[in-house]
Formats: sequence, C-alpha cells, structure tokens
Amino acid sequence: MSILAAEAHNPLIPPVGEIIVGVIAFAILYFVLAKFVFPQMEKTFVARREAIEGGIERAEAMQAEAKAALDQYRAQLAEARTEAAQIRDAARAEGQQIIEQLRAQAQEESARIVARGEEQLAASRQQVINELRGQIGALAVDLAGRVVGESLADDARRSGTVDRFLDQLDGMSATTPDGQAGRGQGGATVYVPQDAR
Amino acid sequence: MTSSALALVNVLAAEGGEGDSGFQSPTIEEFYPEPLVSFSLLGVDFAFTRITFILFLATALILALLVTAMRKPGIVPGKLQWLAESGYSVVRDGIARDVIGPKGLPFAPFLGSLFFFILANNAMSIVPALQISPMSKFAFPLVLAVFVWVLYNYVGIREQGAGKYFKDAAVPPGVPAAALILVTPIELLQVFVIRPFTLAVRLFANMFAGHMLLVVFSLGAVYLLQVGNFSVIFAPFSLLMAIIMTFFELLVIVLQAYVFTVLTATYLNGAVEPAH
Repeated sequence: MSILAAEAHNPLIPPVGEIIVGVIAFAILYFVLAKFVFPQMEKTFVARREAIEGGIERAEAMQAEAKAALDQYRAQLAEARTEAAQIRDAARAEGQQIIEQLRAQAQEESARIVARGEEQLAASRQQVINELRGQIGALAVDLAGRVVGESLADDARRSGTVDRFLDQLDGMSATTPDGQAGRGQGGATVYVPQDAR
Repeated sequence: MTSSALALVNVLAAEGGEGDSGFQSPTIEEFYPEPLVSFSLLGVDFAFTRITFILFLATALILALLVTAMRKPGIVPGKLQWLAESGYSVVRDGIARDVIGPKGLPFAPFLGSLFFFILANNAMSIVPALQISPMSKFAFPLVLAVFVWVLYNYVGIREQGAGKYFKDAAVPPGVPAAALILVTPIELLQVFVIRPFTLAVRLFANMFAGHMLLVVFSLGAVYLLQVGNFSVIFAPFSLLMAIIMTFFELLVIVLQAYVFTVLTATYLNGAVEPAH
C-alpha cells in the first residue's frame, strides 16, 4: 500500500487487501441480517397478518354466533306464538264447552226447580183440597143439620141457604183448576186414593 | 482577457509567488489516506486506513440499529422497529416481490443486506468528521457486484440448467440468425462482464464524484476566505454550493443504494425466469 501510495493511484484497480476487507464486512452484515434480523421481521409480519386475520376471523365467528342466536330466538318466538295461539284456541274451546255445560246444567237445574215447584204446588193444592174436603164434609153435615133443624119456613130463606152453600162451593172451586173442580163435587171418590197414598 | 481578470490572475500569481502555491485542488490521494495500521498476512498487504475504519463503523452502526430495532419485535411496532421494517419492506415487497415475482422472496435477505450495507456506507459521505463513503473506494462496490454476479449466474444455472442458461444468454430467442453475429458477442459480454462492471462502477463513481464535489467546494470556500483581498466575497457562494451539494449527496446516497438493489433484482429476475 505504501509502495502504491508513492505511485499514481488508479482508482479502478483496487488492492487485494481492500477486497478482502470488503468481503469480510459484507459477510458479517449479511450473516447477522439474514440469520437474525430479517427472519425476525418475517416472523413479525406473519404474526401481524395473523393478528389481523385472526381478528377478522373472530369477528366473523362472533357475527355468525350472533346470527345463530337471532335465528334461534326468532324460531323460539314463532314457536311461542303458535303455542300461545294453540293455548288461546284451546281455552276458547274449553270456555265454550264450559258455557255449554253450565247452560245445560242451569237448564237442568231450572227444569228441576220448576218441576219441584210444580210438585210442591200440586202437593199443597192437594193438601188444601183435602183440608177443604174435610171442611166441606163438616159444613155439609152442619148445613144438613141446620136445614133439617130449621122449619124451612119460607122458600126465600131456604133458597138463600142453598145459594150461600153453592156460593161457598163456587168460591172454593175458583181456587182449584177446572177439571178438579168438577171432580171436587164427587169428594168421596177423590178422597179415597188420597188416603191410600 | 479583461483587465480585471488579468488583475485577478496577477494577484493569484503574486500570492503564489509569496510561498502559497495557490488553490490546492483535491487529487486522487483524497481516497488513499495514510494507513492507521498496516500489515501483511499470507502475502496480502492490509492497510487499515481511515476509510476501512469508516466501512466497519458504518456496518456496525447499521447492524446495531437493525438488531436493536428487532430485538423485541411487537405486533404494533415502535418507532425504530417501524423504521427498520419499512426499510426492509421497501426491498422485500417493492423490489424482491415486485421485480422478481413470487420466486423473489427467498432473495429478499440478500437484497435487503445489499441495500442496508450500501445505504449505511454511502451515508458516511455526509456524516461530519467522517465525510467519505467507503463506496468511493472501488474495492467495496466491486466486492458487492461480484457477489451479485456469482449469485445470478448460480441461480440461472440452477433454475434453467447450465445448457439453457448459457444458450439463452448467447443466443437470445427471437433474434434473426443474421443478427446473431452482432448480438451474441454483445449479449455474452453484457451478461458476464458489463453487468457486474457497470454495477460496481455506477456506485463507485457516484460516491467518488460526490466526495470530490464536496471537497472542491469546501476547500474552495476555505481557500477563498484565506486568500485575502476581494475574493472573500465568493467564499459564501462556494460554501452555499457545498451545502447544496450535501443535500444532493443525500439524494444520491439513497438513490444509488436503491438502484444497486433494483438492478440486482432485475438480473436475478432474468436468471429465475427463462428469457422471453
């Protein structure tokens, strides 16, 4: 080098020593960069891409999950609606049935009450009739006694008595139905089955 | 010659005559500083000069920067990590992948190493107190160009087979037979000699010339200040020019690192893909 320095240097003819130095410098740099720095960078790039893609994937998964949940919710809602409609229909039918039942029951009840009322009415009328029959008998005996006992002085008085009696009978038969009033005159014949009962 | 110019010449001659030999323009010796350590190993002379020191300093600095940046890489990068990743991404995506194609990614570490190595060493040309790029010594660009030359020829033989690679280089497909008498020597010369030579010379000459320009204007400014009389008024212009050229040098630093890497990728692309 010192020898070369003395002469005129040709910049395009490098000394061998410099070439070797250059090789060493670049080799060291290449070794360190290619072995440690650039792989580290590649790893970082991959990690970064994965982080971004992972984030996107996670977001997509979350969206799918949310969509599934929404679908499920909607299905459940629809199911609940149909169920509610079914329950409503059933309730309506049941209510109808209950109303029908109650109406039938009420009709039955009212019929029974009416029947019982009629029965009671008939019984009480019969009782009244029976009582009256007894009274009529007594009255007839009393009246007959009075008729016999009286001197039958005048017709008017006699006819008055008979009229009164008949009026009495009429007043009694007015409280009873017609058919029975007719039979009421044959008191003895009606009376017998009443006793037999 | 005008009288004022004649007067200037006279003044300069007078100054020179007084013992000052006038403006000492920088010579080629700028690039051959006195060795700090000089030794001979296995018959090879090693001269550890200032420039050798700067070479190792630049290499160590860029390595320290990148290693520090990627020591604990995060998914969300810090400032330094972002800077380092951006630099590598330019080479990896912008050069290796876009120029060579999908097959280019395996070359990204080599291209990245080239880029960072050249960038760091070029940058030394405007670092105060150092102010010379090791790339202005032909040996270092030449080393890189030889690496590139070996690599693309190796890749071409590996990817296409030796026969097809050399045949395509000598006889480009689609060239008329009559033209081959011209094309074949040119192509062979271009692929195997001119490519690495121009690759190395382009980088070397840019840094060499850049350094010379900076030295000329810097020394010029100092000289104009010292020479006395009215030439002092020209000193600021020379200084301003030196500053402007420093910014221009910054552009050249980045551009040449990029160009060297892109051309390497282009040659690799030719080796990976058969000629069309």
